[in-house]
Amino acid sequence: MSSKNDTISKTLIVVISLCLVCAFVVSTAAVQLRPLQQANMLLDAQTNILRSARVLDGAASAAQVRELFDKLVEERIINLTTGEFTDKDPMQFDYRASWRDPELSTQLSKQQDVASIRRAPHYAPVYMVRDEAGELKSIVLPIHGYGLWSTMHAFIALETDGNTIIGMNYYEQGETPGLGGEIENPRWIGQFDGKKLFDDQGNLALTIVRPGNASDPNHEIDGLSGATLTANGVQNTFTFWMGEKGFGPFLSKVHQGVLNNG
Amino acid sequence: MASAKEIKTVLFGPVFANNPIALQVLGVCSALAVTTQMATALVMCFALTFVLTLSNLFISIIRNHIPSSVRIIVQMTIIASLVIIVDQILKAFAYEVSKELSVFVGLIITNCIVMGRAEAYAMKSSPGMSFLDGLGNAMGYSLVLLVVAFIRELGGAGSVFGVEILPLVSEGGWYQPMGMLLLAPSAFIIIAFFIWVLRTFRPEQVEQA
Repeated sequence: MSSKNDTISKTLIVVISLCLVCAFVVSTAAVQLRPLQQANMLLDAQTNILRSARVLDGAASAAQVRELFDKLVEERIINLTTGEFTDKDPMQFDYRASWRDPELSTQLSKQQDVASIRRAPHYAPVYMVRDEAGELKSIVLPIHGYGLWSTMHAFIALETDGNTIIGMNYYEQGETPGLGGEIENPRWIGQFDGKKLFDDQGNLALTIVRPGNASDPNHEIDGLSGATLTANGVQNTFTFWMGEKGFGPFLSKVHQGVLNNG
Repeated sequence: MASAKEIKTVLFGPVFANNPIALQVLGVCSALAVTTQMATALVMCFALTFVLTLSNLFISIIRNHIPSSVRIIVQMTIIASLVIIVDQILKAFAYEVSKELSVFVGLIITNCIVMGRAEAYAMKSSPGMSFLDGLGNAMGYSLVLLVVAFIRELGGAGSVFGVEILPLVSEGGWYQPMGMLLLAPSAFIIIAFFIWVLRTFRPEQVEQA
């Protein structure tokens, strides 16, 4: 490190050329790899939608997932406030980006924000899953809420009555592995299969109780030992998304038979 | 070029004799975070190896031109660029693992080993030797990471690389997993044991009290 390196001009030349080289390399990598990354993300979402609807079980190749998804699943965008379908093109709608867009979401007050998601979107995608014969079998809804450390993202598949759970699947979360992270465990999440969201009066009845205390076969789910706060987060996620600000209006339309064959 | 003996010291020294985690206690942060599973730990090792060897190499190549007043920021720029590239590559080719590693790949930027080797070795040594030094330290780091991950995954989840070894009680087997091992503090304890064992066999590493 000779002192001639420390002149202002040499410093500027080194720093600027280094920045240019690094910027070029990084942006090349980002641009070149983006199509692959987006394909991965899309594939991941599709796999999880099919998993939650219990159409796909176990491992499947990328081609299988794409084929199955294209054949069976239709994505629609709904207006969460009115609960009605819109004509928005799902390909042009970025759900996650809409959470930060002031035109597409509203700030929640502390009382409203039971799932700690800060902003409530105005529009959300729902996935209509049909069987091979083309008959509507389930609707898959994306939900998310804060657990102990992280926002937990899940898909929940409901029967066309808008009440019975077909399956549920957490696909993105950062809870403690082995404790809260067990929400991803099929053994735990499998408890949701066949449960009912609402009671006869139409109130949210699905409850996560202390581990080993589930008695109501329709509505109660054993919590996770050592992960009370994560389980509370799951409960709050349901409270929010099945409520007025979430999919509540849409589901009451579904209860009235808007899907036409439920 | 350096003698064969010197190369050997630079390359294999950091594995046991001068292990960056066990002796210098650097880079412990990520050793806690990504070692609950062998698979994530292994990917983390590859990522760190890539960043450490190349950052040492590039920094060493331009070491005679780096103004000392801005040398840290110059090193950081090179390291950060490499880390972003690793992150992008993982997202493109190993999406599942990159989801699990999430923020920790990005945190390689602040991994003390990378900065430490850049500042302590690459700034003073030839590119070839710096490359080997990076590789050696990455091996030392990887060794500790894999040992810790092995113990934590086996003890905490009864599996190795996701393959069930000890059938869990919750799956109808007999093994009651030690949940403690899945929490970050357990990694401290395991690393401490690792250091203890290492220093029992190499008493010269023990600091004077």
